[in-house]
Amino acid sequence: MIETLINIVLFAMLVLTALAVVRINQLFAVVMLSGVFSLLSALLFVTLDAVDVAFTEAAVGAGISTVLMLGTIALTARTQKKSTRSGMVPFIVVVVTGAVLVYGTLDMPGFGDPNAPASLHVAPEYMIGSIKDIDVPNVVTSILASYRGYDTLGETAVVFTAGIGVLALLSGLTRRRREDEEEDV
Amino acid sequence: MIYLDFIIGHLNYWLFIVLMMTGLYIVVARGNLVKKIVGLNIFQTAVFMLYISIGKVTGGTAPIYPVDNQGHMQVDPSIIYSNPLPHVLILTAIVVGIATTSLALALIIRIREVYDTIEEEDILEIERKLSAADNKTHGPAMGGRA
Amino acid sequence: MHHHLILRVVTKMLVGAIILFAFYVQFHGDFSPGGGFQAGVIMAVAFILYGIVFGLNKAEQVFPSWLVHKLVALGVLIYAGTGVASMLLGYNYLDYGAFNPQHPSHGQHWGILAVELGVGVTVTGVMVAIYYAFANRPPPMKDEDW
Repeated sequence: MIETLINIVLFAMLVLTALAVVRINQLFAVVMLSGVFSLLSALLFVTLDAVDVAFTEAAVGAGISTVLMLGTIALTARTQKKSTRSGMVPFIVVVVTGAVLVYGTLDMPGFGDPNAPASLHVAPEYMIGSIKDIDVPNVVTSILASYRGYDTLGETAVVFTAGIGVLALLSGLTRRRREDEEEDV
Repeated sequence: MIYLDFIIGHLNYWLFIVLMMTGLYIVVARGNLVKKIVGLNIFQTAVFMLYISIGKVTGGTAPIYPVDNQGHMQVDPSIIYSNPLPHVLILTAIVVGIATTSLALALIIRIREVYDTIEEEDILEIERKLSAADNKTHGPAMGGRA
Repeated sequence: MHHHLILRVVTKMLVGAIILFAFYVQFHGDFSPGGGFQAGVIMAVAFILYGIVFGLNKAEQVFPSWLVHKLVALGVLIYAGTGVASMLLGYNYLDYGAFNPQHPSHGQHWGILAVELGVGVTVTGVMVAIYYAFANRPPPMKDEDW
């Protein structure tokens, strides 16, 4: 019961933060609110027993992502221009999409149901295997690095590729070109 | 009473959908590119919550076995553990998410350097003027709209 | 930030503690929440904090960008190389039992350690490289106009 109450309070705060992001035009405030949103969602992950995920979200969402977004608005603009378009069409689109998604959830098993298909199939084997085969107390680590090692290799490669992409877009190439042009003049 | 159970069992999913749709609204209705990215992040986090809540088991705890002083695991069959598989998927997805977000932010910086604005409407306006000018100079030679 | 004395002193004390914490998260990930992804991000945060407070030039003296760029690739290489090593020992790709055929679970420990190290190195490298790339960009307006 107390968990449900905590969940609902956290949700109210999350929704309020998201609505504030919709309304505020100052980008600095928007970026800070997105950091707040990440911290609140990390709290929610703790109540949902996902401590590893909460840890990552707190470090990544509230730390690095805020720094990078602040860097971006320092290089671009501080305020958002008032939109001239009406918000009606997007609102209708969003409500229809949401209604379809709610219809999709009606068949889903209830929240926390121990007999949900997701908890019956592979997870018990991983839980037992982590004791017998791998001997690592943190089951998340043993799945991440051993059972699903290929997945993680792929994810590492994606992080690597994204880093190379940012370097290709932003590294000193243009500056060097600019210096060359100055020399030509 | 079966309805009340159903609503409590599904309320979480509906709240995630509310958050997800707030993010989608920001992406669709706001023209500022940085704000679009923030909206996309909210959408992404809502999807993460949906996944994690699927793995939650009532009365369960985090999937880490307790360890005694000698480093041996204390396995107690009466303890219920939540499903660790969604945790693994989302844990990696968060780090990949920040890497791709930074790629998007890098693109925004380059867009501002070229167009001197990060508002979608202004960028479309500049594009329209450029293509109109192209049509004027090259249109007749190309036989119609360039 | 030459005039912020308190920030500079506190940063000097914190950076070491953050790096120590990153190593703890990296190598204690088998027993508690944590692992390569989180440790990499925390390690990167230490250098980013240093760069924000003391300026980018100082940060690049501590952690030069050529080294960062090497680390980005080195991590993936460690990860993929672990798989190749297990193949060379006659096992499947990323089958860590190869590293200790008598006690497969000990081999798993070695394999997980190597793989998490690879993840941590790549994530550290990528995050610091992205920060350097963003911070090296010339700003369009002066600090006084904020």
